[in-house]
Amino acid sequence: MTDQRSQAEIVRQSLKRRYRKERRFRAYGILAIAIALGALLTLFTDIIGKGYTGFLKTTITMEVQLDGEMMYLDDPKDERQIKMADFVEPLVQALIKEVPGATEEDRKQIRELINPYASVALRDALKANPEWLDTSRTMTFLSHTDVDVYVKHAGDDAYSIKLNDQQKAWVDELQERGVIETSFNDVFFSGGDSRDPSKAGILGAIVGSLLTMFVTLILSFPIGVAAAIYLEEFAPQNKFTDFIEVNINNLAAVPSIIFGLLGLAVFINLFGMPRSVPVVGGLVLTLMTLPTIIISSRAAIKSVPPSIREAAEGIGASKMQVVLHHVLPLAMPGMLTGSIIGMAQALGETAPLLLIGMVAFIVDVPDGFFDSATVLPVQVFLWAGSPELAFIERASAAIMVLLAFLISMNALAIWMRKRLERRW
Amino acid sequence: MQPANLLLLTLVLAIVAYWLGYARSRSLAMPLGGIRHLKSLPFYYGARAALWSGIPALIVLGLWAAFQGKVIQLIVIGGLPDGMMPATEGEASLLLSKISNVASGALPPGFVEAPIAEAAERLKALRSQSQFLMSGLVISVAVLAGFLGWLRIRPRLNARAQVESILKWVFFACAALAILTTVGIIFSVAFETFRFFEKVPFTEFFFGSHWSPQTALRADQVASEGAFGMIPLFTGTLLISAIAMVVAVPVGLLSAIYLSEYAGRKVRGVVKPLLEMLAGIPTVVYGFFAALTVAPFISDLAASMGIEASSQSALAAGAVMGIMIIPFVSSLSDDVINAVPQAMRDGSLALGATQSETMKKVIFPAALPGIMGGILLAVSRAIGETMIVVMAAGLAANLTANPLETVTTVTVQIVTLLTGDQEFDSAKTLAAFALGAMLFLATLLLNVIALKIVRKYREQYD
Repeated sequence: MTDQRSQAEIVRQSLKRRYRKERRFRAYGILAIAIALGALLTLFTDIIGKGYTGFLKTTITMEVQLDGEMMYLDDPKDERQIKMADFVEPLVQALIKEVPGATEEDRKQIRELINPYASVALRDALKANPEWLDTSRTMTFLSHTDVDVYVKHAGDDAYSIKLNDQQKAWVDELQERGVIETSFNDVFFSGGDSRDPSKAGILGAIVGSLLTMFVTLILSFPIGVAAAIYLEEFAPQNKFTDFIEVNINNLAAVPSIIFGLLGLAVFINLFGMPRSVPVVGGLVLTLMTLPTIIISSRAAIKSVPPSIREAAEGIGASKMQVVLHHVLPLAMPGMLTGSIIGMAQALGETAPLLLIGMVAFIVDVPDGFFDSATVLPVQVFLWAGSPELAFIERASAAIMVLLAFLISMNALAIWMRKRLERRW
Repeated sequence: MQPANLLLLTLVLAIVAYWLGYARSRSLAMPLGGIRHLKSLPFYYGARAALWSGIPALIVLGLWAAFQGKVIQLIVIGGLPDGMMPATEGEASLLLSKISNVASGALPPGFVEAPIAEAAERLKALRSQSQFLMSGLVISVAVLAGFLGWLRIRPRLNARAQVESILKWVFFACAALAILTTVGIIFSVAFETFRFFEKVPFTEFFFGSHWSPQTALRADQVASEGAFGMIPLFTGTLLISAIAMVVAVPVGLLSAIYLSEYAGRKVRGVVKPLLEMLAGIPTVVYGFFAALTVAPFISDLAASMGIEASSQSALAAGAVMGIMIIPFVSSLSDDVINAVPQAMRDGSLALGATQSETMKKVIFPAALPGIMGGILLAVSRAIGETMIVVMAAGLAANLTANPLETVTTVTVQIVTLLTGDQEFDSAKTLAAFALGAMLFLATLLLNVIALKIVRKYREQYD
């Protein structure tokens, strides 16, 4: 009796300590989740904070005198003349007029406020509208990247402002008068890569990504579904089938860069395919995403209840008819969901594409499957490696676009799973 | 014709074959008194004709498109005069890129020697010839095979059985692609690795402690010998992976335990997808975050404490990689913890143990093998991870265990050695493949062991 009581006593005495331990353990769990979610939050705020200014461009709107004599141009239709003509001078003169107190002596400093590509824009405008010659027009041009950085990040220590005090005062003045403005950065969405951050855009990378994804999708979805059907429905129980399964499971865990090595050795060096084209990128990503698609398609096929198969077989359908007419349509939503997730993975993949040469500096928007191209994540990588902070800003903006694509793809997959998938 | 257009044309031809086959089977059946006198439905006769027309044509198209580039290159190189014949593969690839630059118009023909300009002309001619021949061959194969298939349509023909067995073989070929991929990986890395070991001794690669792959461009250059000791890369990879595991394992495991044992349905419904979001973020984004936010933060923090830290510290890359792996560890542990039978949990709770005691003394030991398997998978993921380390870890191959110093990894070196223009037979490029082979073997080994453990563990409680 006494012995038992003392034991109960021991337990009671230890309870406080044990409950404390319990609470501590629970707190560890909460802490762990907080760390993980905190990291997610930090990542997002960091990228948005660094990149939202990438969606803004700085422009200069001014009255430009398209004086033929000043430009050494009397016929804008003449190719030779337009090549030789001076399109910088009218811009400089126009800006000198806008800046109060600026004189001809300041022209070098004034010139540094205008984007180097502005003269190209002016030339193109004049080429398209020859009648503008010897008139005066209000036109909008991109500012120089240094001005762009100053306007957006004047107080930020991380950015080095390259303008001198005189130029800063001018820009402040011009901003007040509405000559220099920031607006939505349409250049970012309508151009290819450029050496000049103000001119750099992601359209080329987006088109490259779409082309690559198209190749990946049309190859990996049918092949993945066919392989899943074979393994689930037709494969005999033997060593060879086991071997195929082991291979698929291992390929799913092979680092993506190894697929890049495969692409380089087989598609480029053995088959002599060109480097940095969407077709080769798509082939490599196909091999990489196939295991994911096969595994999820198999799960979808498995979830179709045997009663469906038995019913179809019972009324005389052949095995192939059972599969193609009954199992496949029922498993399709699950297969599509798995494929969208696989495609999202492929869209964010960078490493294998670096090895097959999709890192080249490509200005033009690709216009075909065999045209040199880059993809969105590689563009992010290229810009992130630049020492210029203006490019870092663009890289974060490009990340936001990439994440928007990925999140909408995943949301679509979740929606499809909820909406279309049948529970048996 | 471009291969893409040709592909479309082949598909159109297959559709035409389908309609012709369909029509022929019906017209054969009509005099007999309707399609019930056919062995199969007209659909299958059409499908059979389409497969007959499409499959051989697609195979021809695929093979031609795959090998035409290489064959043309060989012919062009072979057609050069004796004096210009490249002696090594490196020279050959240089010469080829010159020729193709002239052919594409990027380099004016006047800038190069006459034989190269001629070779460029030949390249252009061969390319257009090859396209022409390919189009002709593919179209004639499609038409001819489709015609044969169409001709052999008889009412007694069991078209359905034929179509089904062809389809079954097609499905089998798709599944066997996985084997082909593995074989391709093994051959592509093994071949170059052997050639690497012809140039660099075995012992140097495995036991050398110095890595500087800069081989000389000229033979007489200073420091012309590259050094290929993989030990610093190996330790660097391990260091970064270890840091990643220190972050990912406790956080992933504890959050999985909390979510499966303590959290209510609502909390779980919100937190789990958010955690999985971490897994869906592309690695290049993590690399960006590590290189531009975490690394400067760590080096500033260390500087404020009076410690010297590199701006590309192993700690930054490892910590961010750890964050990336958290959902991987947590979802695997979640599976494993849920697989432990409820009876064990109930038994322990009935004896008066608290939930945490049940977890620590009963469920965790029971789930340990499965969790170990999951961690091994996570380790294999960490050593194969590329973008984070390419962007945030450095290039200097230091042999150090200090997480604040710069280290480099196997994957970083593969990317550095293979991006940009490279000749194909230098030890430098081959080294990348040798490293790839090591990486492949290491991850394969980890995966095989991990999958075995996990499977064995599942069987235990199934």
